[in-house]
Amino acid sequence: MGNVVVVTSGKGGVGKTTTTAALGAALAQGGQSVVVVDFDVGLRNLDLVMGAERRVVYDLITVIQGVAKLPQALIRDKRIENLWLLPASQTRDKDALTEEGVGRVIAQLRQSYDWIICDSPAGIERGAVLAMRHADAAIIVTNPEVSSVRDSDRIIGMLDSKTLKAERGERVEKQLLITRYDPARAARGDMLSIEDVQEILAIPLLGIVPESEDVLRASNLGTPVTLCAPTSEPGRAYWNAAQRLNGEDVEMIVPSGKKGFFDRLFGRRAA
Amino acid sequence: MNLFNWLKRRRSAPVARERLEILLQYERSLVNQTDLIAVLREEILRIVARYVVIDPDTVQVKVNRGNTVSTLAVGIRVRNAA
Repeated sequence: MGNVVVVTSGKGGVGKTTTTAALGAALAQGGQSVVVVDFDVGLRNLDLVMGAERRVVYDLITVIQGVAKLPQALIRDKRIENLWLLPASQTRDKDALTEEGVGRVIAQLRQSYDWIICDSPAGIERGAVLAMRHADAAIIVTNPEVSSVRDSDRIIGMLDSKTLKAERGERVEKQLLITRYDPARAARGDMLSIEDVQEILAIPLLGIVPESEDVLRASNLGTPVTLCAPTSEPGRAYWNAAQRLNGEDVEMIVPSGKKGFFDRLFGRRAA
Repeated sequence: MNLFNWLKRRRSAPVARERLEILLQYERSLVNQTDLIAVLREEILRIVARYVVIDPDTVQVKVNRGNTVSTLAVGIRVRNAA
């Protein structure tokens, strides 16, 4: 039985889709079978970040509506063989996402994959609730910035009340992933520190990903950053986060913003 | 002058943290309060319904927060016997 993980944040633009792609790719490269599911109906982007935008034929909604079978909608990654994508619909009405339909698809995915990683839409509406509904665990993506932390707090409250696990009296395991961390601003005292964010939200830390041009370059190329720049700071941060998600004990590295020798030498090549 | 201002300038991160802590404490209490009202509403409804015929949809529970005293107002419409 697969693990269902929701990548969520409340606030938009904090790095949910980048995170879904990067962690999905890292776990799949480790040999496990992974499917990343885009719940952002109408504003789908996971296909683009994964570099599969031209291969989308069917999607989550068409499967729920019975227009297509699940295997027809799943897109296999061209670089990593254990990695699959279930895209969101671009055009269809987002009300077509029904609770019963989502439940059916997730149950089916659980049978065939080790990891089902759900990329939540921003906001706290229906789409975000459906994305977290069946989750066993949640990754809360937060920028060290006031509005993002506030929205994450709201989302944590929802994970504790609106998920199936919560309704059964169980707990969704919640972990904090801090993204767009800027070491220089942190050193000047002009950005909430890791400790600040962690103490305010009071959930365990999964990783710290620095603000980086490598992340931008990875999405430009349609390649998860763990694949495109595995030795870059964000690449390593996501690799370590994936290992922690997998239950491994990995030392937490606070990004320094400095490029390693290897990356200075080869870093520019990819773009 | 500029250097003086620069030295005097308070770092913004501690301000951010303080503001967030105050705000979230308030917002978390609101979430709990909404739950409290729902629970109160159900319980009151159940007890009153034992003795009189009431219209469940007309029950209103309001909490008004004051500085020293808060008030709890419960409004229930009771059907007159025909």
